[in-house]
Amino acid sequence: MAFLSYLISGLGLGSVYAIIALGYSMVYGIAKMLNFAHGDIIMVGAYVAFYMLSSFGMPVIPAVLVSIVVCLVLGVAIEKLAYKPLRQASSLSVLITAIGVSYFLQNGALLLWGADTKIFPNALPQGSLDIGGLSVSYLSMITIAVNIIIMILLTLFINKTKTGRAMRACSEDKGAATLMGINVNRIISITFAIGSGLAAIAAVLLVSSYPSVYPTLGSMPGIKAFTAAVFGGIGSIPGAFLGGLLLGIIEIFARAYISTQLSDAIVFAVLIVVLLIKPTGLLGKKINEKV
Amino acid sequence: MNYKSFMKGGMAALMAMSLAACSSSTGTTTTTSSSSAAAGGTIKIGSSGPLTGDAAVYGKAVANAAALAVEEINAQGGQQYEFKAEDDQADAEKAVTAYNNLVDWGMQVSLGTVTSGAGQAVSPLYKEDGIFALTPSASSTGVIFKDMADSSTAYGNVFQMCFTDPNQGSASATYLSTHTNLGTKIGVIYRSDDNYSTGINTTFTAKAKELGLDIVSSQTFQNGATDFSVQVKQLAAAGADVIFMPIYYQPATLILQEAKKQGVKATFFGCDGMDGILSQDGFDATLAEGLYMLTPFSADSTDTKTAAFVKAYKAKYNETPNQFAADAYDAIYAIAQGVKAGSVTSSMKAKEITDVLVKQFTSMTFNGVTGSNVTWKATGEVSKDPRAIVVKSGAYVSAE
Amino acid sequence: MKKNNFFTNMFSRQMRGRTTSFLIVIIAYAVLQTMIGTGSLTRLFTSLLVPICAYIVAAIGLNMNVGFSGELNLGQAGFMAVGGFTAAIVSGMLATAVPNEILRLFIAIICGSAMSALFGLLISIPVLKLQGDYLAIVTLAFGQILMSVVTNLYVGVDAAGLHFSFVTNNITLGEGGTMLISGPMGATGISKISTFTAGIVLILVSLLIVYHLIYSKEGRAIQACRDNRIAAETVGINVSRTKTLAFVVSACLAGAAGALYVLNYTSVVATKFDFNTSILILVYVVLGGLGNMTGTIVATTLLVALPEMLRFLSTYRMLIYAIVLIVMMLVTNNEKLKTMLQKMKNKSNKNKEETAE
Repeated sequence: MAFLSYLISGLGLGSVYAIIALGYSMVYGIAKMLNFAHGDIIMVGAYVAFYMLSSFGMPVIPAVLVSIVVCLVLGVAIEKLAYKPLRQASSLSVLITAIGVSYFLQNGALLLWGADTKIFPNALPQGSLDIGGLSVSYLSMITIAVNIIIMILLTLFINKTKTGRAMRACSEDKGAATLMGINVNRIISITFAIGSGLAAIAAVLLVSSYPSVYPTLGSMPGIKAFTAAVFGGIGSIPGAFLGGLLLGIIEIFARAYISTQLSDAIVFAVLIVVLLIKPTGLLGKKINEKV
Repeated sequence: MNYKSFMKGGMAALMAMSLAACSSSTGTTTTTSSSSAAAGGTIKIGSSGPLTGDAAVYGKAVANAAALAVEEINAQGGQQYEFKAEDDQADAEKAVTAYNNLVDWGMQVSLGTVTSGAGQAVSPLYKEDGIFALTPSASSTGVIFKDMADSSTAYGNVFQMCFTDPNQGSASATYLSTHTNLGTKIGVIYRSDDNYSTGINTTFTAKAKELGLDIVSSQTFQNGATDFSVQVKQLAAAGADVIFMPIYYQPATLILQEAKKQGVKATFFGCDGMDGILSQDGFDATLAEGLYMLTPFSADSTDTKTAAFVKAYKAKYNETPNQFAADAYDAIYAIAQGVKAGSVTSSMKAKEITDVLVKQFTSMTFNGVTGSNVTWKATGEVSKDPRAIVVKSGAYVSAE
Repeated sequence: MKKNNFFTNMFSRQMRGRTTSFLIVIIAYAVLQTMIGTGSLTRLFTSLLVPICAYIVAAIGLNMNVGFSGELNLGQAGFMAVGGFTAAIVSGMLATAVPNEILRLFIAIICGSAMSALFGLLISIPVLKLQGDYLAIVTLAFGQILMSVVTNLYVGVDAAGLHFSFVTNNITLGEGGTMLISGPMGATGISKISTFTAGIVLILVSLLIVYHLIYSKEGRAIQACRDNRIAAETVGINVSRTKTLAFVVSACLAGAAGALYVLNYTSVVATKFDFNTSILILVYVVLGGLGNMTGTIVATTLLVALPEMLRFLSTYRMLIYAIVLIVMMLVTNNEKLKTMLQKMKNKSNKNKEETAE
C-alpha cells in the first residue's frame, strides 16, 4: 500500500523531470550541444508566468502562452548571440559559453526580480483523485498527459514534416545537410526555439507542483534533466520521458526505503550501474564508430 | 607560444599589476556620513554576506537593515559611520577575500558574516587582526568558539546578536515540554547538509531525550530539494502531532504545502529561520495558520521600536523586514551604543577599539527590536529572551 | 648550421611551451614575493594566492583528462574533497606528533593525493568503460556521491586514535579529543599551514609530472587514443591502461590541490566541492586552451581574481563576470582572429627559417 503510494509520488516527480528532459534531449539530439542554460530558461519562464498570473491577473492559458513566447524569443536570442558564433568550435567551448549564459540569466533574474522567493499561484487544479485509498494528484496526471502529448507531437513533427526531416538530417550530418540545400542555421534556431518553448511549459508544470520561484530555481532541475536525458539515452525523445520517470521513481524509493540523507547519492549510484549495463542509456542508440 | 596564451598572459599581467597596485579598493554599497566631512571623522563598519547566489535574500536583508541603521544614526549627529557590505555568496573562500578587501578599505569594526559556514572561516582572522566583530545571524558556535564544542576556547572578540544554534535547539525542546498542548508525539524534519539546521537538531534531540520527550520520526532533506512527499508521509505514518522544523522558510513553505495536500493535521514549530514566511510574494497565509516559531523578532509586534523600524524599512526598501534584517539593525545600534559609552573615536586603531568594545559589550544592557534587556557573555553569546510567535490570521502574534 | 646548445634547445618550438609555463610560474613567484616583502600587495590579493595555486593544480590535472585524454570529467571537485578532507584528518592527527608545519603540510598533501589517486583508480574502472557524454555524466555522478559521502562523515581523534561515524554522530571522544570532521559542519578547527611557497612548489611539481607524462611514450599513446581510438587500438596501444593512468594522475593532482586548499582555512564544508566547483575548474581549463598548461595557469589566475577585482561593481559584479566569460569564449574562438593570427605566425616562422639559413 505504501509502496504504491510512493510509486505514484515517484511518477509525479518523474513526470516533471521528464518534461524538462524532453526539451534538453531534443536540443542535444539535433544541435549536438548540451544547453546548460536550459534550466535557467525554465526559471525565466516561471517568473514570466508568475507575473502574468499574479500582477496581470491573466487566466492560465494566456499566461502560459506569454511565457512560451518570451522563452522562445530568449532561446533564439541566446542562440544567435552566444552559440552561433561558436558553431565551428569544439562542443566543449559551447558548453562553457552555455555556463556563462546560465550565470548571466541567474544574476540578471536576481537583479530584476529580487532575491526573495515568490510563491506561484494555484492556477492549475490542485486536488487529487482518490482511488481505493490511494490519491493521485490532478497535477501529476496533467503533467504526464502533457508529456505524452508533447512526445507524440514532437515525434510526428520530426518524422512527418519537412522541417522535422531537415532537423533529423542536421543531427546526422550537418555537412551533408547543407549540400542537400538545408539552411542549417535556420534549422538550429528553430530547434532552440522549440526547446525553449518546451522549457516554458516545463516551467509552469514545475512551479505548479513545487511553487517556489527564485533566481537559482533552474540549477537543480537542470542537472536532474541532464541526468534523466542521459539515463534514457541522449537524443532519444521517448528515452528522455522514460529516463525522467525512472529518475523520479528511483529518487522517491531511495528516500523512502533507504535513507533520506543519501537519496541523491543513491540515485546517482543507480545511474552508474545502469550505464555500465547499457552504456548508451536505456533507449539510446549504439554508436557505431567508423574507422 | 600561441597567440591565445600570449593575449591572456598580457591581460592577466595587466590585471595582476592593477590589482596589486591599488592598495585601497573602492566602495561596494557604501553608506557615507551625512556631513560630507573627510573620511577621517567616520568609523568604518564592514560586513560580508551572500548578496548573490542561493542565500541572497538573507545577505540583502542584513545589508539593507544595517545601511538603514547607519543612516538613522548619522542623521542624529554625533559620531558618524561609514558602512560597506561585501558579497561572499555564503562561501568560506569568498568570505575570507571579502574580509581582506574590507581590511584594505580600512574597516575598524566588523558586522561579521551573515552565514555560519563563512563566519567559521573568518573568525580566526578577526582574532589575528584584533578586530571586534558582532554578527547579526551567523549562529553556529564555531563562529565564536575556536573549538565549536568547547566554550573555553572562545575568541573573546567575536559576538553574536542572534541565539546560538545549540541554544535554539534546547530552548525549542524546553518550550515543547512545557506546552504539551501543541502535541506530544514529536516529528522532526531538518536539512542534513546545513550547518544551522543540523546544529539546532543535535541539541534539540539531546535536550528532548533529557526531558523525556517522545520523538517519533526524524526526516531529512538536502539543498535544492523540492519534493517532500516521502518525508511528510513518513511523519504522518509515525503519528506525529507536532512537527519541529529547524529550517528556513522556503523549504518550510513546500513542506506545509505537501502536508496540506496529504491532509496531515499537526502543529508545525520552527526557529528563527522561519521568520519571513508570510512576506513571500504570493504566499497563501492560511497555509501557515497555527505555525509556531521561536524567534526574537516579529514584524507585526506593536511595540514602538519595532513598529518604527518596520515602517522605516518598508518605506526605504518596499518590503517587510525579516529576522535577519532586525538582528542587523540591532547590531549596528548596539555597536553605536558601545562606541558612545566607551568614547571610541575614529582615529583609534582596530585593536584599541576592540578592547573598549569588548569591555562595553560584556557589561552593558541593550534594548532593540530583537529583545529588551539584551546582554552578552564574555564568550560572545547573547542573552535575550526567546519569544514564541504563532501565525494567526496572516499575522505574527505573540504566543506567550 | 644552427648552434645546438642549451638555450636553443630550451626555446625550440618543442620545449617552448614547457619552458614558458615554468618561467611564468617562477617569475610570478619572484615578483609576488618581493611585493609581499615590501608590503605593497593588498590584503585582498594576498588572500587569493593560495586558492589560486590550488585551483591551478586542479585545473592542470583536469587538463590531463579533458585536453589530453579527450574525456569530459565533471567530477574533479569530488576528488578535491577526498584529498582535502584526508589532509585535514592527517594534519589534525599529527598536530602534536609533527609540530613542524611545513613537514606536516607535506605529509598531508602526500596523503591527500594518495587517497584521491586511490579513489581515482577505483572510479576509473566503471568510468572508462563509457564514452563521450555518458562518461561525463558518470564522472558528475561520482563527484556528487563523493561530496554526499563527505557531508555525512564524522571523524574524531583522541588518545585512543581515530573514530569514524557515518550519517549520525555516534562518536564519544575521550579526554583531550577533538572532532576533525563534523558532517555538514565540515572540517573544523583546521590549523592553517598552507603557504604560497608550498602552492608554487606544488604547481611546479604538477607541471613536471604532467609534462613527463605527456611527452613520454604513455603520453603519446594517450593522444593517439584521443585522436582516433580505433586506430590506436590497431597499432597495439593498450587503450585502457593509458587512459587509467591519465585519470589517476588527474585525480591525484586534484587531491593535492584539495589538500592545499583545505589547509588554508580553519573551516571548510564539503558542499564547497560540488558540481558548480567542478564546472568552474572546467571553465578555467577550456578558456586556457585544451592541452595548454600555460594557458591553464593564466586563465585560472584571471578567472579566480576577476570577480574579486570586480567588487567595486557591487550588485552588478556577477552579471558582468558572466558577460566577460561569454565574451572571452566568443573572442578566443573567433574564426577571423584565428586566421589573422595564424597568418602572422606563419609569416614569423617563414622569416625565422629564412634567417637561419
